[in-house]
Amino acid sequence: MAQLNTIAFLVENKPGVLFNVANLFRRRGYNIESISVGPVVNPELSRMTVSVFADSRVLNQIVEQLDKMVEVVKVKRLDPMRTRMREMALVKLNTADPMAREEALSHVNAYHGLILNIEPETLIAEITGEPQKIDDFIDKVRPIGIEELSRTGVTALEKGRLKL
Amino acid sequence: MVRMSGAKAFVEALEREDARTIFGVSGGAILPICDELYNSEVRFVLARHEQGAAHMADGFARASGDVGVCLATSGPGATNLVTGIATANIDSSPVVAFTGQVYKGMVGTDAFQEVDIIGVSASITKYNLQVRSASEIPRAVKSAFYIASTGRHGAVLVDLPKDTQVDVEEVEFPEEVSFRGYNVQTQPDVREMDWAATLLANAARPVIMAGGGVIAADASSELLKLSEFLSAPVATTLMGKGAMPCDHPLFAGLCGMHGTGEANMLVSESDVLLVVGSRFSDRTTAKLEEFSPGAKVIHIDIDKSEVDKNVETVTRVVGDARLALHGIMSRLANMRFENRRNGEWLKKLKEFRREYAVPELPSNPHLRAPEVMKALRRALPRDALVTTEVGQNQMWAALYFDAYAPRTFFSSGGLGTMGWGFPAAIGAKAAKPDVPVVDIAGDGSFGMTENNLATCVEEDLPVIVLVLNNRVLGMVAQWQRLFYGRRYVAIDLGKTPDFVKLAEAYGAVGVRPETLEEFEAAVKQAVASNETTVIDVPIDPEENVMPMVPPGKGLRDILVEAS
Repeated sequence: MAQLNTIAFLVENKPGVLFNVANLFRRRGYNIESISVGPVVNPELSRMTVSVFADSRVLNQIVEQLDKMVEVVKVKRLDPMRTRMREMALVKLNTADPMAREEALSHVNAYHGLILNIEPETLIAEITGEPQKIDDFIDKVRPIGIEELSRTGVTALEKGRLKL
Repeated sequence: MVRMSGAKAFVEALEREDARTIFGVSGGAILPICDELYNSEVRFVLARHEQGAAHMADGFARASGDVGVCLATSGPGATNLVTGIATANIDSSPVVAFTGQVYKGMVGTDAFQEVDIIGVSASITKYNLQVRSASEIPRAVKSAFYIASTGRHGAVLVDLPKDTQVDVEEVEFPEEVSFRGYNVQTQPDVREMDWAATLLANAARPVIMAGGGVIAADASSELLKLSEFLSAPVATTLMGKGAMPCDHPLFAGLCGMHGTGEANMLVSESDVLLVVGSRFSDRTTAKLEEFSPGAKVIHIDIDKSEVDKNVETVTRVVGDARLALHGIMSRLANMRFENRRNGEWLKKLKEFRREYAVPELPSNPHLRAPEVMKALRRALPRDALVTTEVGQNQMWAALYFDAYAPRTFFSSGGLGTMGWGFPAAIGAKAAKPDVPVVDIAGDGSFGMTENNLATCVEEDLPVIVLVLNNRVLGMVAQWQRLFYGRRYVAIDLGKTPDFVKLAEAYGAVGVRPETLEEFEAAVKQAVASNETTVIDVPIDPEENVMPMVPPGKGLRDILVEAS
């Protein structure tokens, strides 16, 4: 059965690697929900985190195909029970109406978000949490009027001594 | 450290890899390299189109076991290589392609003859890279050869901007290269081999299916030993043809859509199926759900991403096929086990062979392709090399031409590239100049790369082209005949060209035998003369390749007659 899974992998920090990873997912028809990339302590490497809908057979293939890439140094399917996941979203809301602004602020507070900017007609909120929490927040504020939305994609680490 | 131009470093790096022959077409963006080749011992075989050059490098690699090298200029030179690179890569043939590129500063400006060949070739190479400075060239060349020829072999492309060839820099030639993310496991796991041996020891109906990996790993003699020890019949995939001598009593023939009845039935009825160096292509398995339903599948492969990709295995043995087969054999030899096999299983091989024999066709003024294949085998020495094109010619060759040794039969299995066989034969001839090389062609396929006749003649690389000439795109015609109610579209090739005159126009020999005796004599004459010869054999355009598993059916549903 297809489920949302998280795969983390270390890649060489070289031009073209992101293209090759994306190309692999496109070519084999794997359905990416999100991808996030950033350098790690060793500046020669970057860590990528992909969340993907797949059954166990396809998931196994994704891990193997990534592992086969010359530029991929390590790859691991993260155990959902032992993984802390976060995603951040910036949400710009239409708050020209003072009632709407009031409502927006109360939702941001309820979700432990931050207000980054307030203009006469809009505000920008920052929400961090598991992807589901961000989905919930978006559902809550949708009636107010979302002007713009930008999500970072999931980033994740396993607990304790577990390492990639 | 020595100071030299990137082009000089490139040629020296090639020499250090012992690449004595390269195939290509010259052009503006590789002029500095061409200039360095002027003083080099490296032989530049000039193809008439870059696709041919890539296929020549592929044929060279398959015949020799060494890396094949092709070289092309930027833009159209590079894109013309694409089909050849893709063909080599999917068939795990170690080919390195070098392409010129516009000056670094002009990359991204849509300059004259600029194409993003790194982007274009990403999906059809094992690895590719663009060099950023002259000093990077020796490492790039070494890396390309290393990655192409280790692990599961494949194609690597290196893009060389023109200024990296011109610039003079301090360069160093590394003795070895390594990549953090590229570690090949050749030594199989001990427990995996224990498991495999135990399963085989307890098998009542064992079958071995040998793929191209057996040939790539030079594991044919280990395969033969294991097969004889277990009395296990061997079926091969198209890529595995030659891994087991076709005249061996345990050889069951090809498995797959155009396999033999006995191979398909034995694979279908086996209880333990040992698959070596094969990726379970759809042309080999036919309908996946019905593939070897009762068998415990053991899969030996150097590429662990192939395990459980298409067919679920009971146990895997990841590593070099020769080491794995040797390891399993020595375990079996030291094992005490009750031999559950008896003569019944081997009798099945003969029974299936009788039951699924392809009936002889009614006599007809045309020569029959299977008879032509058998006559070709009689006329050639045992060590001759054979390539095929793609389509009916390929399947007739696979079914009816016996190969006796690994690296003597070559075909574009994965990509199915028409026009591959002829330039590949030229590359094979460059690798093995002392043995005759024959391209088994159809008129449609040969037409796609026939201009390389010029290379044969001018570069003194004589090959024999056997054109099974039915004046149609035969395999498409066969499908339209069998599955589309004879509604023929886009298959008729008409009367042109006259292949005898075509050969003569290029300074080669052309002959058109009318009987099998004349055909055999023509082949013998071509072998004796060692001249490029096109043998045009008219055959019946209505002739079908049989046996055949209809599309969407399982291996058991093999037909020996077109109904």
